[in-house]
Amino acid sequence: MSVLANERDVERRPPAGRGPRRRRVTDEHGRRVRGWELALRYLLLLAVLALTVGPFLWQLSTSLKGPTEDIFSSPPKFLPGDPTLHNYKRVADTIPVWDYAFNSLKVAGANVVTNCVGSALAGYALARLRYRGRRVATLVFILAMLVPVEGIIIAQFTTMRELGLNNTLIGVVLPGCVGAMNVLLMRNAFLNLPYEIEDAAFVDGANTWQRFLRIALPSVKGTLAVVAIFAFMGAWDDFLWPLIVLSDPSKFTLTIGLNYLHGTFANDERLVAAGTVIAVAPLIALFACLQRYFFRGVGEGAVKG
Amino acid sequence: MASSSSTARVRRQLPTSPWLFAAPGLLVVGVFILYPFVSTVVNAFTDRRTLIPGTFVGLANFRELLHDDMFWIGLRNSTLYVLGVVPALVLLPLLLALLVQKNIPGITFFRSAFYTPVVASIVVVGLIWVWLLDERGLVNSLLESIGVGRVGFLSDQWLLLLSAMAVTVWKGLGYYMIIYLAALANVPRELHEAASVDGAGAVRRFLTVTVPAVRSTMVLVAALSSVAAFKVFSEVYLMAGPDGGPAGEDTTLVMLVQRTGTGLTGRVGYASAISVVVFVVTVGLMLLVLRADRKEDA
Repeated sequence: MSVLANERDVERRPPAGRGPRRRRVTDEHGRRVRGWELALRYLLLLAVLALTVGPFLWQLSTSLKGPTEDIFSSPPKFLPGDPTLHNYKRVADTIPVWDYAFNSLKVAGANVVTNCVGSALAGYALARLRYRGRRVATLVFILAMLVPVEGIIIAQFTTMRELGLNNTLIGVVLPGCVGAMNVLLMRNAFLNLPYEIEDAAFVDGANTWQRFLRIALPSVKGTLAVVAIFAFMGAWDDFLWPLIVLSDPSKFTLTIGLNYLHGTFANDERLVAAGTVIAVAPLIALFACLQRYFFRGVGEGAVKG
Repeated sequence: MASSSSTARVRRQLPTSPWLFAAPGLLVVGVFILYPFVSTVVNAFTDRRTLIPGTFVGLANFRELLHDDMFWIGLRNSTLYVLGVVPALVLLPLLLALLVQKNIPGITFFRSAFYTPVVASIVVVGLIWVWLLDERGLVNSLLESIGVGRVGFLSDQWLLLLSAMAVTVWKGLGYYMIIYLAALANVPRELHEAASVDGAGAVRRFLTVTVPAVRSTMVLVAALSSVAAFKVFSEVYLMAGPDGGPAGEDTTLVMLVQRTGTGLTGRVGYASAISVVVFVVTVGLMLLVLRADRKEDA
């Protein structure tokens, strides 16, 4: 692949004697990157790519291998000889994988809505409204952010039982339905807005609710998007909490269902592989669509914070 | 309320309305985070079980911990996890961030691709690596075809723990890479140029310019990753199984909490006592990392 990188570099190298072309390769300081250095960079990038994405591709390949194909061959065969979707059908026959996916979707969807609404409202109250007890309210969220969830999981479970909500999807959603970190993220976003626009709306007779909904909220869409993505991924990927709350296999989310599939059918890797592909594919697709938004939002937050 | 003021600076609002805005958040956080935290600490001093309310037993749970072999195994493994994972997660993502920092063609694709393991569920990641590291899996067939022979990554107590650490590092790389990227964007370019003019090579510039400039971020990453590593659950649970590998030797503290505290016969009080140890060590780790940072400043 280093050859390819060299070719690219040659393509972009400005011809001697003429002025620099617009699309030459430069570093973050605007200096040109030398050819051998670029080649080395691409070589390293491809090596890391193989290391980070390779395992997913191997899983995909395993899931497409038919029952007669040897998946344990040495040296390993990376491409399935006769690709088949048979294993995906078998997963659905073995566990209700689409029901589990639907459960995960319900949990993740609910988590997005509650987190966006709850943390936008609370963040606005912390950043923009004046009242006694505001500092205490802010402190409550900071303290909540510092509590290690893994340590309180048993007490969360007993709380949920006292409420009669264990073994329900509502019970899965509730503890994380307004994340303290998201509230503080929204608070910071609202704090950065200039006061003047809200004052103008106030003079025009807008009440608190109208100012929040019509003026403040549309200005923090970027942060709201980051909260939404984090909320979706967090809920879709969560393992420990649903493992503790859910006991009835018909209510399992995808992650718990997969663990169950693995425990019950550990000997058939094709099946487990197909299950993991079903679980990870929607997320990778979602992330691929939103990644530009995502990196920008995270970067902004980090720079401002 | 009819306090219609003439000045724009005075907010026109009902006295209760700010609380209505904050109420959903406060309610959720209060009921499901702060109350369970307090009740964990209270329960640690009782013999509460899943179906039995329990009574105050003083320090009995903590005394029992001292003689519980499983607790010491958990403490050992969680501590080893911090020692193994944190140095790798402080250094490797920084190098990765330097690699993807330059805006060369296609770099956005690489950045996103390196983030994929962060996006994937820990269960998916765990199952992928169980398959890769299996006795007959891809890593072993590659090792065999280059003549090393097969290695029992998932059957040996220490190799299993080491493999789980590697998986944690693998999954965390992209996450910390993003944090470092944001920090690197703030490093003044004059520093690099001055060092270049002075004839410093890439390695020297890394040590004398980059590392000092992102040191506070390195401390942040050390703090975040050490707290996360001490509380490790899913990776080891998935790779070693619910019982924590051969003779439970790979159990971590949070696995122990989950195992002793759940189910119809769960010892909620005892599991809470272990949780309290987890809190104390976590806070201790944070203070230790932050202190180390301040010392170097002096």
